[in-house]
Amino acid sequence: MTRASQANTEATLSGWGNVPVPGHERLTERIDRASEGAVLSRGLGRSYGDSSLPPPDRREVLGTRLADRILGFDPQSGVMRAEAGLSLVEINRLMLRRGWFPPVTPGTQYVTLGGMVAADVHGKGHHSAGCFGSGHVRNLKLRLADGRIVECSREVEADLFRATVGGMGLTGHILEVEFAMRSIPSPWIWSESRRCGDIDEFIETIEEVHSTWPYGVGWIDCLSRGRNMGRGILDYGRWATAEEAAGKPLPNRPGIPIPFMMPGWLLGPLSVRAFNTLYYHQHVARHRRHGLRHPASFFYPLDTFLNWNRLYGRRGFTQYQCVLPKSAGRGAARTFLELLTSKGGASFLCVIKDTGPEGLGLLSFPKRGISIALDIAVRDDTQQLVDTLNELVISLGGRIYLAKDGFTRPEHYRAMEPRLDEFLQIRRRFDPEFRLRSAQSVRVLGDPARLVGEDETA
Amino acid sequence: MKVVILGATSGMGRAIARRLAERGDSLFLLGHEPEELERSAADLSARAPDFRGNVGHAHCDLREPEDFKMALTVADRALDGFDTVVVTAAVFATQEQLEADIDRTEELLRINFTNTVVFCEHARNVLLERGGGTLCVFSSVAGDRGRKPVALYGAAKAGLSTYLEALDHRYRSAGLNTICVKPGFVKTGMTAGLKPPPFAGEPDQVAALVVRAIDRGTPEVYAPSIWRLIMLVIMHLPRFVMRKVGF
Repeated sequence: MTRASQANTEATLSGWGNVPVPGHERLTERIDRASEGAVLSRGLGRSYGDSSLPPPDRREVLGTRLADRILGFDPQSGVMRAEAGLSLVEINRLMLRRGWFPPVTPGTQYVTLGGMVAADVHGKGHHSAGCFGSGHVRNLKLRLADGRIVECSREVEADLFRATVGGMGLTGHILEVEFAMRSIPSPWIWSESRRCGDIDEFIETIEEVHSTWPYGVGWIDCLSRGRNMGRGILDYGRWATAEEAAGKPLPNRPGIPIPFMMPGWLLGPLSVRAFNTLYYHQHVARHRRHGLRHPASFFYPLDTFLNWNRLYGRRGFTQYQCVLPKSAGRGAARTFLELLTSKGGASFLCVIKDTGPEGLGLLSFPKRGISIALDIAVRDDTQQLVDTLNELVISLGGRIYLAKDGFTRPEHYRAMEPRLDEFLQIRRRFDPEFRLRSAQSVRVLGDPARLVGEDETA
Repeated sequence: MKVVILGATSGMGRAIARRLAERGDSLFLLGHEPEELERSAADLSARAPDFRGNVGHAHCDLREPEDFKMALTVADRALDGFDTVVVTAAVFATQEQLEADIDRTEELLRINFTNTVVFCEHARNVLLERGGGTLCVFSSVAGDRGRKPVALYGAAKAGLSTYLEALDHRYRSAGLNTICVKPGFVKTGMTAGLKPPPFAGEPDQVAALVVRAIDRGTPEVYAPSIWRLIMLVIMHLPRFVMRKVGF
């Protein structure tokens, strides 16, 4: 926050959580050229914390979103190769009505392919489809710190590939991504939802539903305590068959902009409590069958409001997302919620889903267990709250998701991540001076804040 | 439509080509970087309704007017007779950069005015020979009034706008629709690094207006549309005001 406060006069750059640092993006269609010498690449800036922000000694990051060409698509196999700045919203616009969908999608479509690889994103289908990078990317073209341009895959430069998938852009600038789209029987989702009275019922229901449904995600009211703790609604679905869709055309759903920064009190404890209670009780029946549903409303409910991050006001917000491993037992989620509610960690949105096995990406977030994500407005005690939650997560054997993080301490991250040393070793092999860095890698991974023998670059 | 585009690999040209490809028009790309042309052709081919657009490309550099005729002939053969030519290619430099380098100024004036007009003359000949078609060329709002920050760039664009307007008057009855596009500030790779003013546009927004103008034969397009109003005001400001203000 100290860096944010001196940023009044110069340009600032922030993640989705709106906590800025001095900096700017260099936007160009030619990332193949401009990546030479750049410290970090950034896609659409949807990581919440400081993953896409420059380290303290630099001001400029390379913006990739203009490098957005499809380089090939094979309608037989579904294999697509594209420049790293191509966004999911564009892929969906072009491909959904033509019978293709990405194998994995996160909860927003305003992300680039490069960002999806760097964060090794997962989605509502992690239990069945795994992560994007770990499970579905076939080949990557990278600009390394030493200037070389190389390709890597599971077979070629396999170490580099494992470190890059989920590696937060720290192993090289991702220039091109090749992956297989999946063919879908119709552009519509067939969905159902269930109301669950408490956290134990919730977890039982998730496990039951996920054994047969490919996509599912739960929302929990994380203000409810005692008997109702962890009550919520589980939303799940699959692609509708051609018969169910019956040729119904898919309409466009333009996003509704939130035109300016809202005042910070808007999402205060009272309004959050009111929203959560209302949202729970509007689901009157225990089990609802929605039938055909627009995939945007199912996969990307928050994209309905563009810039919804402005709802949190000028101080911004963070998202705390952790995975609690299966080995921690069924009570782990209850223990987590007990701690959260006792600290008054009011969250407008709290999302829960079960996750499948760990992917091959060395810093890939998910592992078999339960993932919990909550948005927290930045207040004076946010650091303390994150520390407390992290200590519990460490004791349960879980870990946090770097793409969401803006507050985790390096010693906590190290304690969560036994694979960190291997990641750093491989990274050192390709970038011994750690030229590629981010604000986050300096904060969490212990990267140098300043490169030895380099003048300050503006 | 069968469209030849000079400048489709980047910026507004890229956005226009995509809109045309996605609705099934046939395209042929001209440009000076072979690898860029190939990558853009692949992108546009994948966007065709059946995933299999067959977008061809050939070398054409606005610095080399002696090749223009040949490039258009190659495009014409590939498309089996084009009916539309779109020119978005041009070079840009700030007034400060140009004032510091007279060679660069000479080159910019030559590319953005002389050579662009020569290219248009070749295209005009081909189109008129077959009874008409559409010639859509990117000029700029910078050509509408002499202004401090774009004295040189604007002068070349003013000449180009005048040529395009006259072409429209002269040959519309013969079947040739000439369209002069005047973009205001648009956020592309060309303007990256400049501070966007209010009303800055997105390339796709411009592309939508340009494609509509091609379909309707509208001779003059301001994009985004608000710039028609802005330029109307600027064109009527008295000289003593223009001397005082910075734009």
